Amino acid sequence: MRVLVSLFCGGLFGAGLVISGMTNTLRVQGFLDLFGMWDPTLMFVMGGAIVPMLFAWQIAARRKLSVLGGAFPVPHRTIIDKRLVVGSILFGMGWGLSGFCPGPAFASLSFSGASGLVFVVSMLIAMFATKPLSDRLFKQQ
Amino acid sequence: MEVAWMYGIIGGLMIGCAAGVYLLINGRIMGASGIAGSLVDGTAKSARVERIAFLLGLMGVPALASLFVAIPTTHVTSNLPLLIVAGIMVGFGTRLGSGCTSGHGVCGMSRFSVRSIVATCVYIGAGVLVIVAARRMGVL
Repeated sequence: MRVLVSLFCGGLFGAGLVISGMTNTLRVQGFLDLFGMWDPTLMFVMGGAIVPMLFAWQIAARRKLSVLGGAFPVPHRTIIDKRLVVGSILFGMGWGLSGFCPGPAFASLSFSGASGLVFVVSMLIAMFATKPLSDRLFKQQ
Repeated sequence: MEVAWMYGIIGGLMIGCAAGVYLLINGRIMGASGIAGSLVDGTAKSARVERIAFLLGLMGVPALASLFVAIPTTHVTSNLPLLIVAGIMVGFGTRLGSGCTSGHGVCGMSRFSVRSIVATCVYIGAGVLVIVAARRMGVL
């Protein structure tokens, strides 16, 4: 059942990304082009997505357990550390250069051609290498 | 152009509902980088199958839809070295920073997590700087 729910959520996420225009890299780069031809669509997408989640967190706060899973996730870390800031800077730069973040890169894999595949494979290799690499670069915090 | 923001809100609500169901029913954060990253680095453990199912849905529904309706193109660059560099930055950055647009931007900000709000401001800021710099230099 959890697997079916995951499949459904992944599918709804993918459909939402396509409908909202977030698989169009020009639209994403247009949002980041704050001082050029600014495209505010991404702001509406993020706003639209946050609304149901505000309710979801309210419901989660009144429950002990999720319907099929265990306890609700609690944040592992609460401090702003170097990993968070350096990681987010790198992510933002890659996001700006390509117009892709992980969700839309996966969602568009069937129609983004060789470019999309090259991006996703590079991203997965880097994800695989992150843990050993980051433990060396950043002392355990 | 006028309808873009409406599709944005509709698609955004769908993304938020997906994240809400994933949280309330499966008890998990719907973050694309966390789901994909934990599968490739082996930290997914017992949740491996449901995460694979999530990615199959994420890739499969747009693929199925493209058989019936015309899906707008991604307009992604064909500059492969640029895509490799960008892919590495996104992969390494999201894992190091523990989240991307879905995890920090949607799931984290909606619970008023300070880390997520900081992360979202930082990656949007970095993205803006890259685009501004690239436009100045005449690339992109």
